[in-house]
Amino acid sequence: MTPAGWTIMICSVAAVTILFIWCLVRVLTHKPPPNLHGIDDIETGAGEKD
Amino acid sequence: MPGDESNSFCDKFYAGGKTFLAVKQAAVSGSPTKETWSSRLGVILAVAGSAVGLGNFLRFPGLASQYGSGAFMIAYFVSLVILGIPVCWAEWTLGRYAGQKGFRSSPGIFYALIKHPFGKYIGVLGVIIPVVIYMYYVYIESWCAAYGWGFLTGKLNLGSDVSAYGNYWANYVGASADGAALLPGHHAAILFLLIIFAINFFLIYRGLVQGIEFFCKYAMPALIVIALIILVRVLTLGTPDATKPEQNVLTGLGYMWNPGDWQTQLKNPQLWLAAAGQIFFSLSVGFGVIITYASYLSNKNDVVLSGLSASAANEFCEVALGGLITVPAAFMFLGAAGVVGQGTFGLGFKVLPLVLSHMPMPGLFGFLFFFLLFLAAITSSLSMLQPGIAFLEEGLGLNRKQSVSLLGLLTAIGCTFVVYFSKDLKALDTMDFWVGTVFIFIMATTIIIYFGWGLGIERGFEEAHRGAEMKIPSIFKFVMKYVCPAYLLTIFAMFIWFKVFGWDPDRKKFIPTSYVADLVGSDPNVVARVTILFLAITVIFFGLLTALAGKRWDKQSRDKKDLPAENISTSTKL
Repeated sequence: MTPAGWTIMICSVAAVTILFIWCLVRVLTHKPPPNLHGIDDIETGAGEKD
Repeated sequence: MPGDESNSFCDKFYAGGKTFLAVKQAAVSGSPTKETWSSRLGVILAVAGSAVGLGNFLRFPGLASQYGSGAFMIAYFVSLVILGIPVCWAEWTLGRYAGQKGFRSSPGIFYALIKHPFGKYIGVLGVIIPVVIYMYYVYIESWCAAYGWGFLTGKLNLGSDVSAYGNYWANYVGASADGAALLPGHHAAILFLLIIFAINFFLIYRGLVQGIEFFCKYAMPALIVIALIILVRVLTLGTPDATKPEQNVLTGLGYMWNPGDWQTQLKNPQLWLAAAGQIFFSLSVGFGVIITYASYLSNKNDVVLSGLSASAANEFCEVALGGLITVPAAFMFLGAAGVVGQGTFGLGFKVLPLVLSHMPMPGLFGFLFFFLLFLAAITSSLSMLQPGIAFLEEGLGLNRKQSVSLLGLLTAIGCTFVVYFSKDLKALDTMDFWVGTVFIFIMATTIIIYFGWGLGIERGFEEAHRGAEMKIPSIFKFVMKYVCPAYLLTIFAMFIWFKVFGWDPDRKKFIPTSYVADLVGSDPNVVARVTILFLAITVIFFGLLTALAGKRWDKQSRDKKDLPAENISTSTKL
């Protein structure tokens, strides 16, 4: 294992691990809305500007 | 009971004295099912489960070591940032956006997005791709389960000759002749296939929350824990064979991660093609799965952080787990000669069984490794069924039992086709190339171009940021509008140039690849041609179903316009 190999391995593994843990912490520490797709969210499309 | 949600939906409104509106709304939405995700972590794990598959543990390490890890990882991370994550965000956003209009299937979603009769036919790719891939993927999944069982029962201790493992696998899948897998003596392969097939459909029948979300909530953490256990085992092997001191943990890791001449390698277009392809297929973008899953979210739910989280989970499994386990382990026992030139199946079903059988406690670690692959595969195969179920329910108005039965029949026919035409796995390989590669490129390119140019990048960002818990950096407006489509189209052109027409840069001439030569060459392959015919029939069949679904949606759209104005305004306030 060369120094360059160590560098690439550590940088690659650390980058994806830190990103994964950061996302996990953000997701688990933020409270989502009470319902993920309630009836009141359904739109008929009326009045849409499309 | 799954499939009965529409009744409870109407009942709820009836109790409020608004029966008319409720029924009208259900009709307008075009979807008889009102399924939703129960938690954000659940949907993230489901999408991550869809993305994490056999490629994370078998394909990625092989490619990285083949192309010299330094240069490959640069191209890999560049592709992740300007291709994988942007397309992922676009797909999550478009799915949720169309979901607000009541559509849950890819043809329905494109019917809502592209306000043109042809739109729904673009979307049908998002059903055909996962359904066809399921036909062969579930077979591979059953191999993983069978190999895990084989290690547990000691059946896979075949000695130290890699050819013994190669013969075992070839015999197991019936690679010697078409129909060989159905002959007496192959009952185990068929039995495992039937069991795995049934488990998939049992879970999908239970629905989005009780089936997919429930299973992924346990399977994904279990997958990561098992991978970590195997990783610790591999990294503590030291020098497994004292007579070969040059084959140890450090040289194994070095084989995987030491860079070659990275400046020269980065000039190789095939390296960029391989890196982009790996990112692209690993994240499951353009499959029709993410867009379907996201359609079950409301506009209060975040898609930016969720999309990034699912991608990050996939990358962690691929780089941090897959990159440290498979190739280093194979090198430690077999040296470079045992690893070079092994494809996904060669590494997974010939080399690794030999390696695992030589580890301490081979039964336990062999079982754990193939159980890991099985979990990675089943969380992916489950996600491949949901787009088909959503389409049959929404487009044809079928209930859950009917949609599961019909999709079960269709995939069983396709799966039988793959199992029967087993010689050299030609049918499986042909399907994987044309559907699992070409169709996905087309679908993903359509998604990113629609996001940047159809919906418009400003509106796309506005939609993405509804309920978002993090902001997409503004630079991604430029990336998603210009860089990503251009990069995708370039990669697709390179793919056609190298992988279809077969440009050989050394000989400076075209040598058509087997995928083309099998169809139109001087010595065509009958099975490859029959497979293309089968795919054509599948495309026409789903095209006809989409036409029927379109008529249904058009009628519902006309009914919607018939709603009295005062009732429409009331319904939007519900």
